[in-house]
Amino acid sequence: MTELRYLSPGTLDEAIAAFAAAGSAARILAGGTDLLVQMRSGAVKPGLIVDIKKIAEMTSIEETADGGFRVGAAVSGMVLAEHGRFGKVWPGVLEGVNLIGSKQVQGRASAGGNLCNGSPAGDSVPAMIAAGAIVTVQGPNGRRQMKVEDVPAGPGRTNLKPGEILVSFTLPPRPPGASDAYLRMIPRTEMDIAVVGCGVNLTMKDGVCTAARVGLGAVAPTVLLVEAAAKALIGSRLEEAALDEAAAACRAACRPIDDKRGTIVYRTKIAGVLLKRTAAIAAKRAGGN
Amino acid sequence: MAKVHVTTTVNGEPAEFLCEPNDTMLDALRGPLGLTGSKEGCASGDCGACSITLDGRLVCSCLMLAAEAEGHEIGTIEGMARGDQLHPLQQKFLEMAALQCGICTSGMLVASDALLKRNSQPSEEEVRFWLAGNLCRCTGYDKIVRAVLETAADMRQQATLEIRQ
Repeated sequence: MTELRYLSPGTLDEAIAAFAAAGSAARILAGGTDLLVQMRSGAVKPGLIVDIKKIAEMTSIEETADGGFRVGAAVSGMVLAEHGRFGKVWPGVLEGVNLIGSKQVQGRASAGGNLCNGSPAGDSVPAMIAAGAIVTVQGPNGRRQMKVEDVPAGPGRTNLKPGEILVSFTLPPRPPGASDAYLRMIPRTEMDIAVVGCGVNLTMKDGVCTAARVGLGAVAPTVLLVEAAAKALIGSRLEEAALDEAAAACRAACRPIDDKRGTIVYRTKIAGVLLKRTAAIAAKRAGGN
Repeated sequence: MAKVHVTTTVNGEPAEFLCEPNDTMLDALRGPLGLTGSKEGCASGDCGACSITLDGRLVCSCLMLAAEAEGHEIGTIEGMARGDQLHPLQQKFLEMAALQCGICTSGMLVASDALLKRNSQPSEEEVRFWLAGNLCRCTGYDKIVRAVLETAADMRQQATLEIRQ
């Protein structure tokens, strides 16, 4: 049996040095709600576990000077929900994060883990993409920033380079009249994996949509940014024609699989339905209706 | 494998133990710590039978490494009763027959306690959503949900009486 080591370094530099040195045998431990299940089933057999939760930058939430937020990659969904302001400014992102598993899972699971797990159905990812979040990653060659939508490479894979660790999400400042929402379709009411997930982030001014971003999950090998759907919404008053066009753009972006949760036809249809419902919630929150 | 030495707090008392790096917190509780109230159901975070609190937040002890307990506060079902005096939730579960085989019960109680500490007046819907991660194959959940709601009402009344005194 491979020797397993557990490390919980107090600094990012120590974590990266150990993580990079151990190569593909190493796994990062944030909430562990995916990693421990994978270890238990034998899907992964790590030689080194680097627990990043003793690193302050990974577990803290800060409001930036310009009114944005920086959320550490290992902040759990429950901690994010307990934050006094985050959920008021980014209700859609919080909805996505707080749909990950049960309350028990939310006590541990993080948006960083949800993104790095690389599931096309991760609930926080469409909302983070819609929010325009930027991630900071750090590795042996220093720090860099990536758009959230550039992180997933395919099911279970990311575009992080060997030795790189996801450090935090930065969410931009909010103009007045802006809000967001996330909805997912599941055949049950709780504790399931998205058949389709949709995040919509809107800015409304005098009833007109002046900015929009749409993220779509579980309909392609990676979570998608659907720019054509956003384009259909921008400049409109979210009237039926604009919503129909945006829904059509979402359906056109779908490249889903058939599986036990939903067929290709069903997922594609639902992508359009969810776009309309999610946009309506985001617009209402933004005060645009 | 080199053992990991862990110093932590369990139910308010200092505790230390040795574990393997891949032991879960549930392994440590039921093994070296001798606290067998937390049950193993699925071992994959789906059933909630192993629910504990970590720094006051509800978690599955099967999804946490024992080594991660270092420096944190763990709360288990064994910490709910005060000596022989049952916690109001435990008492109500008995009175209302909110359990049958008992495997899910400690997890249900720990999870319900965590809910009532955050929300003293949950709606039925809030109770059902909060307990979605606790599976029970016996009761059909209804008795559990009603017991939690009645306990919440009793505890609110008790708190009002204490304020008046």
